[in-house]
Amino acid sequence: MNSQILGVVVMFVATLLLAVPLGRYIAKVYSGQRVWTDIIFNPIEKLFFKISRINPAIEMGWKQSLVALLTINLVWFLWVMFCLLNQSWLPMNPDHNPNMTPDLAWNTAISFLVNCNLQDYSGETGVSYFSQVFGLMFLQFVSAGTGMAAAAVVFNALRDRTTDQLGNFYNYFLRSCTRILLPVCILVASIHLFEGTPMTFKGIDTLTSVQGDTMHVSRGPVAAFVAIKHVGTNGGGFFGANSAHPFENPTYLSNIVQMIAQILIPFAMVFAFGFYCNKRRLAWVFWGVMTTGFLILVVPTIIAEVNGNPYLAQMGIAQPGGNMEGKEVRFGAMASAFWSIATTVISTGSVNAMHDSFMPVSGMNMMLGMMINSFYGGVGVGFLNFFIYVILAVFIGGLMVGRTPEFGGKKIEAREMKIAMIIALFHPFLILVGTAVASYLAAHDTNMGWWFADAAGKHNASGWLNNPGHHGFSEMLYQYTSCSANNGSGFEGLADNNPFWNISAGIVLLFSRFLPIIGPVAIAGLIAGKKFIPASSGTLKTDTGTFGLLVFAVKVIIAALAFFPALALGPIAEWMKMH
Amino acid sequence: MKKEIIPSLLLTVVCIVFFSGVYPILMWGIAQVAPNNGEGFVIKDAKGKYYYENIGQKFSDDKFFWSRPSAVGYAANGSGGSNKGPDNPDYLVGVKAAIDSFMLHNPGINKADIPSDMVTSSGSGLDPHISVEGAEIQVARIAKVRGLDKSKVEALVKAHVDGPMLGMGPERVNVLKLNIDLDAMK
Repeated sequence: MNSQILGVVVMFVATLLLAVPLGRYIAKVYSGQRVWTDIIFNPIEKLFFKISRINPAIEMGWKQSLVALLTINLVWFLWVMFCLLNQSWLPMNPDHNPNMTPDLAWNTAISFLVNCNLQDYSGETGVSYFSQVFGLMFLQFVSAGTGMAAAAVVFNALRDRTTDQLGNFYNYFLRSCTRILLPVCILVASIHLFEGTPMTFKGIDTLTSVQGDTMHVSRGPVAAFVAIKHVGTNGGGFFGANSAHPFENPTYLSNIVQMIAQILIPFAMVFAFGFYCNKRRLAWVFWGVMTTGFLILVVPTIIAEVNGNPYLAQMGIAQPGGNMEGKEVRFGAMASAFWSIATTVISTGSVNAMHDSFMPVSGMNMMLGMMINSFYGGVGVGFLNFFIYVILAVFIGGLMVGRTPEFGGKKIEAREMKIAMIIALFHPFLILVGTAVASYLAAHDTNMGWWFADAAGKHNASGWLNNPGHHGFSEMLYQYTSCSANNGSGFEGLADNNPFWNISAGIVLLFSRFLPIIGPVAIAGLIAGKKFIPASSGTLKTDTGTFGLLVFAVKVIIAALAFFPALALGPIAEWMKMH
Repeated sequence: MKKEIIPSLLLTVVCIVFFSGVYPILMWGIAQVAPNNGEGFVIKDAKGKYYYENIGQKFSDDKFFWSRPSAVGYAANGSGGSNKGPDNPDYLVGVKAAIDSFMLHNPGINKADIPSDMVTSSGSGLDPHISVEGAEIQVARIAKVRGLDKSKVEALVKAHVDGPMLGMGPERVNVLKLNIDLDAMK
């Protein structure tokens, strides 16, 4: 057991040690200072911008940045829809996988576009290598780059000055992909090649097992895919079982590497903010708030998983490894529990164990991680979500001390507050409305017609549940929480590859991706244009533990008020039943 | 918006070429110096037949060390777990049946010694490992069925225990490697 604790501690500490220098590097990349990767990427980027007829030196305002962001995202969406709907005749399809249905393609394309990975298909049978590499892996790079570029615009807006010129969106975007994501990916993928992850374009291999059964072993260009899947916090697995699959995550070492790869940039973005805006103390306060939340969620989860399932204990067997249903022996319960919380507080959504089979406490903590969605958060967007809570905390703190709220020497006024409130409340709105509709349909066992059919061809809505009772409710709650947090993990028992879930999830995904990008960028853009007021004795200091506590309290209050009733019906009721 | 369409399209094209073309080809190139050229690690048995070392196989015959139950029957072209919740009555019935079957095939063992990984299915359905306890509890059966000396089988299991990596992670036994070497034993 001690060896498992050590593994978890090493993962966390190593990430922190790498994240600080990487944060400094990211700050340099965004501010255009010289970095060691210049020698490779300066000529490449210059060529790319020349071909694209973009002058990266021209600065944009916040509105123009958003227009550019949304336009290029639309182009990507159309391209990937094309890939998925035509993959059967496109090249690189050795296993002859069919085209996706339109509703599944809609869900999949949006899912990867918004840096989520709600995979309603299984990688082995649902997509060709062409779709994997040219569609999904492409989006894993550029959607991560989009989030980081939006964060860079916000960083730029939060500097101590007054401006409406916030850098060039395309420049931030491309630099994020080439200079930050790509080098880390090459390193991560190379390690995987030597741990046993395949990187081949050959199709299924058929062989006979030792016992004499025929086996069909799916392979593919997995190593390149698995690297960006984590570095870009997308989380979409090459295979159906995601990082539980022994090709996708073959060893304990590869597990550590994947874990570090996914938390690294969310950590580093916080420090990058500190270096970029010269607010290092504030960055550490932010990181402290995030880490406190992470630890509060991760410790009970580890305990619950290591203790195992009380029902299995009653049957009289031993649980030396803890709750092993849905888990891999090579990782053990502790590393899987750590992963389950890490992947939900950041928006990765990759899994190395099946979340549906976790204990109720763990399921609740995973959902809380996604409901708050800014204890680190996904690359770039995690910081943006956190920023909304900071604005709310500044406002409440301002009211408490009886002064106009200020952040970084800029006044926060009604317009900014309205945007922040809309963004903060929209997340619970999407989750709760979606869950309410789905559970109403399931509870009434509605005939869903075209919208849903289970494996037996029945159209009853309750057929999409894989588990009865409270856990079934949790499956639906988890699904919409995962969508709205752009996370992508699931209680995968839910039968979600049908028009009802594909379409409704796709809509939630779109809203929950782009509004939380538009909102913070707009707030930051408005703030940037305001007059800079130097700090005085009456200014609410933000780089203190007290302010950190205030931000934390705001998060807890919003999450508790919005989600407690829903959690009480799902995991909390399930826990009470089991104990 | 109109102004951004052409640059967006062109930038998309170069990004596709770079991130979906150059990057995977580079990784494929590096794979050529990795073991088995990046086609998955393989292991050969005494007759020269090869297997994927990381892809678990179904072992349900009494003369082999059993692998874990699998929700997908070890289909290496369709991985997945059971996704059963911890309090699902169907699931608990299934675990109970797995325990009974395990007891039946391993007479003389103590129920309290059965580790849960031998009666629960893995996340991938392709778990190549079992716990050390899971291997040890099958030693008596293997020795009896194969007519081998119990201490020899015990020693074989011991030799196949993969310890924690640099002091990190759980101990485990790769069932495929164990069974291949078991077959080679006289």
